[in-house]
Amino acid sequence: MTLLGQFALWTAFLLGLWCAVVGFSGRWRGRPDLTASVTRGVYGICAALLVAAACLWKALVTHDFSLEYVWAYTSRNLPTYYVLSAFWAGQKGSLLFWALVLSLFASAAQALSSRRYAALLPYVAAVTSAVVAFFVSVMLFAANPFERLAFTPLDGRGLNPQLQNVGMTIHPPMLYLGYISITIPFAFAIAALLSRKLDTGWIHAIRKWTIVSWIFLSVGITLGMWWAYVELGWGGYWAWDPVENASLLPWLTMTAFLHSVMIQEKRGMLKRWNLGLIVGTFMLSIFGTFITRSGVIASVHSFTQSNVGYFFLAFLVVAGAFGFTLLYTRWPQLEPEARLESMVSREAAFLFNNLLFVGIAFSVLWGTLFPILSELVRGTKITVGPPFFNRVNVPLGLLLLALTGIGPLIAWRKASTSNLRRQFTWPLGAGGVTALVLLALGMRDGYALIAFSLAGFVAGTVTQEFFRGVRARRRIHGDSLPMAFIRLVGRNRRRYGGYIVHVGILIYCVGFAGMAFKREREATLKPGQSVELRSPYGHTYRFTHVGISQYQALNRIVSAATVQVARDGKAEGVMTSEKRQHFTMENGDKVPSFEPSTEVAIRSDLREDLYIVFAGPVNGTEEAVYRFTINPLVWWIWYGGFVLLFGGIVTMWPGDGSPMPAPARRTQAGYGVTLVGAGERS
Amino acid sequence: MTAARPTTRRQFLTVGLSAAGAAAGAALAGRRLAAQTPAPPPGSLPGSGPTGSLGDPAAAGRPQAATTARDNDAAIQSIEKRLRCTCGCTLDVYTCRTTDFSCTYSPQLHREVLQLRDSGMNGQQIVDAFVAKYGEQALMAPEPHGFNLAGYLLPGSLVTVAGGVMLWILSQRRVRTEAELAPVAVDATPDELERLRQALAEDENR
Repeated sequence: MTLLGQFALWTAFLLGLWCAVVGFSGRWRGRPDLTASVTRGVYGICAALLVAAACLWKALVTHDFSLEYVWAYTSRNLPTYYVLSAFWAGQKGSLLFWALVLSLFASAAQALSSRRYAALLPYVAAVTSAVVAFFVSVMLFAANPFERLAFTPLDGRGLNPQLQNVGMTIHPPMLYLGYISITIPFAFAIAALLSRKLDTGWIHAIRKWTIVSWIFLSVGITLGMWWAYVELGWGGYWAWDPVENASLLPWLTMTAFLHSVMIQEKRGMLKRWNLGLIVGTFMLSIFGTFITRSGVIASVHSFTQSNVGYFFLAFLVVAGAFGFTLLYTRWPQLEPEARLESMVSREAAFLFNNLLFVGIAFSVLWGTLFPILSELVRGTKITVGPPFFNRVNVPLGLLLLALTGIGPLIAWRKASTSNLRRQFTWPLGAGGVTALVLLALGMRDGYALIAFSLAGFVAGTVTQEFFRGVRARRRIHGDSLPMAFIRLVGRNRRRYGGYIVHVGILIYCVGFAGMAFKREREATLKPGQSVELRSPYGHTYRFTHVGISQYQALNRIVSAATVQVARDGKAEGVMTSEKRQHFTMENGDKVPSFEPSTEVAIRSDLREDLYIVFAGPVNGTEEAVYRFTINPLVWWIWYGGFVLLFGGIVTMWPGDGSPMPAPARRTQAGYGVTLVGAGERS
Repeated sequence: MTAARPTTRRQFLTVGLSAAGAAAGAALAGRRLAAQTPAPPPGSLPGSGPTGSLGDPAAAGRPQAATTARDNDAAIQSIEKRLRCTCGCTLDVYTCRTTDFSCTYSPQLHREVLQLRDSGMNGQQIVDAFVAKYGEQALMAPEPHGFNLAGYLLPGSLVTVAGGVMLWILSQRRVRTEAELAPVAVDATPDELERLRQALAEDENR
């Protein structure tokens, strides 16, 4: 199996090189025989990588500890689903996963793309093959998952306990899918630049791909936050860690693109900007991979430090130079077809929205790299942590939230005063009422107050849009209320799906703002002793330590500390936080495999989470040290993730927004002089 | 005198089932109560004696020192949230000592903060003492002065300048387009204008 896996990797690598070279040259020299071979080559790469992946999975499942990767990340007593997910738990396996998924996406792009884009597809195949070949080369020359040990150990080291969580079986693949799928829009953008087919065709070709990437990134980031919250035990979900930042960067620029591309579709503007955003997003996805895998910046999430970072750095430089140079050479052919006419227009709102997205992306990148810059300039090592990012990004984020509500309210081209008055009255009223109610309730945290008020404003905007749309449908078509709603969304999936995404975002923001009212305290309790903590809603929680029990589970010894919880004197139930000492078996003895890990006890509801961490026993007795935390509104973040996912699916559901040539759409919309009903008077 | 009526089978079953039901209910209620009432501590004293000790203390993590009131002191916590743990975890001292219970650095740093506090230092003086001892990387975020100030100001400044430039360009363009778009007479019926308005609204909905 190892030999077959190695052979499959080499096959994929050589095919990748062939497709990359022939894809560019065949299309350039007008050789259809060569371009046809490239398409088949893309499927061949995919088949080879499927074989390699099957070999690694088989080695994992059969506990083939002669492979260094299998030994390093699994053990015989590891549950099967974690054995399977160990495929992407380490550097080498995740590189294979990355290459495999990219080859699947590349094949799908060839098979599913409309023949309308046939001129672009050979270049797309060449770009995706080059990227796959790069990833396979990293495996072959620096991080080979099929590397053998000099001897075969009886058991493996096991999987890090913090990765033994259901979130870690889903979160990394989701994030990888997001990172990886960005390659397809990038490939189409490069194909458009190379073929000089710079109309809106390439944008229509990548529309679904960009939304797919964005959804995977969003879900991956949210699942990462959830995993950090339930597994790491620090009571938060986002620490502005470099690896977390690296996942946020492409999400920000991709979100900017999803907005600015609408201006190109509707008005034929921002062509250069959109191409730059796609190339930049791809660069940032590679940059994130570089940060995660190089160890150049300290992070709790990094893979072990290795020399693969140099590969990624070189690839980053080459791909960036190629992409941006190509963009520069096509600059004159990317003239806008229209001009922005007013600063009070939806185009202008989208421009400012893009400015803020890119501004936040820059500040995150700047903060992430600032320690390196500081060391270069001043020779002083510094840390740039949450205080920096919160201070710089929270105001920008609030401005962005405001624009989320403003953008949909302003008309295209130019908004009149009456239009503004008609559109803004109710949403502004909703925001104002929210602010007044919260002030009356005693909320005095400035940022939180602004965030909740803006959330009220955005909710007002979305509600008004749905209300007016449904009302118009009922008036014009006589639909019932539910049918009017369903048809409104069904006929305008992109627009109303986008509004649902906005609702998801505002729910996230409410959740983020809730953390301003976090309460926590530490306590050491003997069995029967209690401690009280007051929630921001005014309730008093009483936590009574019951005791600590110890028992053995599949691959660990569990020390479970149990607490009884009462709210305002009324019993709420029992919560249990655990310490887990994982072990492997050696000669019939249990040998601890990692430091003891902590399992948090969490009780969630819509208003607040009770979050209990058992820190450890005192002097080996049942006297326990606890950290009790009340985290308001955290549940809203996970709920916002579901809403965002639903909105994204509505937006990309097949059948909506079939590509209409941009000039035709603009003509129909009134940008031409002769318009509807022309000639009907005669 | 009337003879006592013998108990019928139906009465017997009714009484018996009622008693059994009541007993089961009491037992369930008792269990619920037992589950929600703290059990009396095992052994003669809580946390001591044979039943108060853990069978395998090593499996329950590093032994912890009992917390004190000062561990919950908001002033101490706010100082520790400005200081970075030196174990390489990238967390602040407070978060690390209350999260990574295998870390030996953050409890020591916490003790240092308490000692400095006891010596009469205020928050800023304690932070300065840490910087003097461990270097600038002891801070969770650099102090905003000198080169670091540029780090804080650059992102916001760039966004502000770019936004200002965009506004300026748009305002210039508005003047031009308003001049170019002089009002012209439209040769259309009110019905046509209404259909035009609807088409534009339709496009906005797209």
